[in-house]
Amino acid sequence: MRSRLKLALVAALGAAALLGGGCSTSAARVRPWERGALADDSMNPDRDPLGAAMSEHVYFSREAANGGRGVGGSGCGCN
Amino acid sequence: MVTLRTRAAWVLCPAAIYAALPAGAHAQVAPGDAFPSLASAGLAGASLPGTSGRVVLFDFWASWCAPCKASFPVYSRIQSDYAGSGLVIVAVGVDDTASAFNAFMARMKPSFAAVHDAKHALVAAVQVPTMPTSYLVDRSGKVRFMHAGFHGDQTDRELRREIDALLAEKPPAP
Repeated sequence: MRSRLKLALVAALGAAALLGGGCSTSAARVRPWERGALADDSMNPDRDPLGAAMSEHVYFSREAANGGRGVGGSGCGCN
Repeated sequence: MVTLRTRAAWVLCPAAIYAALPAGAHAQVAPGDAFPSLASAGLAGASLPGTSGRVVLFDFWASWCAPCKASFPVYSRIQSDYAGSGLVIVAVGVDDTASAFNAFMARMKPSFAAVHDAKHALVAAVQVPTMPTSYLVDRSGKVRFMHAGFHGDQTDRELRREIDALLAEKPPAP
């Protein structure tokens, strides 16, 4: 009974390690030369000034706050 | 008798090795390493200039990379200043499509050699850390200086200082 418990523990540890490895940055990273799509203008959430202003207005009306959109634009993470 | 520790080691070690692997099959090329062969990379574009026994500046760029665009006029000036001294500049474009590469070439009209690494064979072998990245290779084919990114005058000064130092070195005996 105890050995089965140990076996289950080892299997659970192994599964967690494998899943963790699969989700690690080494497996999921987009390499620097593959970021052309990220630099495309269509990835820029602020590419339409009128749409951005409307979104900001809605946000202000609903949240009674504005600003705080510190990260803007798309980009390839160059330099 | 297989202990719990042994079982755990059998399971966890491969997982740890897998998690530690970088995103490519290659390690990043760094100063002191030999620069990968251009001939085996299947590069398209301009014919490769003769690099054997010469100081070579390799620059990895892409048309979607803004600092890469800013770097081309600087490389053109470096090329014109050092062409008589034997420096060779090879710009390696990593655009996904030939049309993007050709459009960029038509717009920039570089005075140095530019090739298209369409299959990303060379850039994957080098594992550039960011775009753009340049590598200064000495006459024996060894990387001596790596510059990540492009920072205007600062990059220009650093590259010229390293180029001067490499060109001043005596060529290896034949």
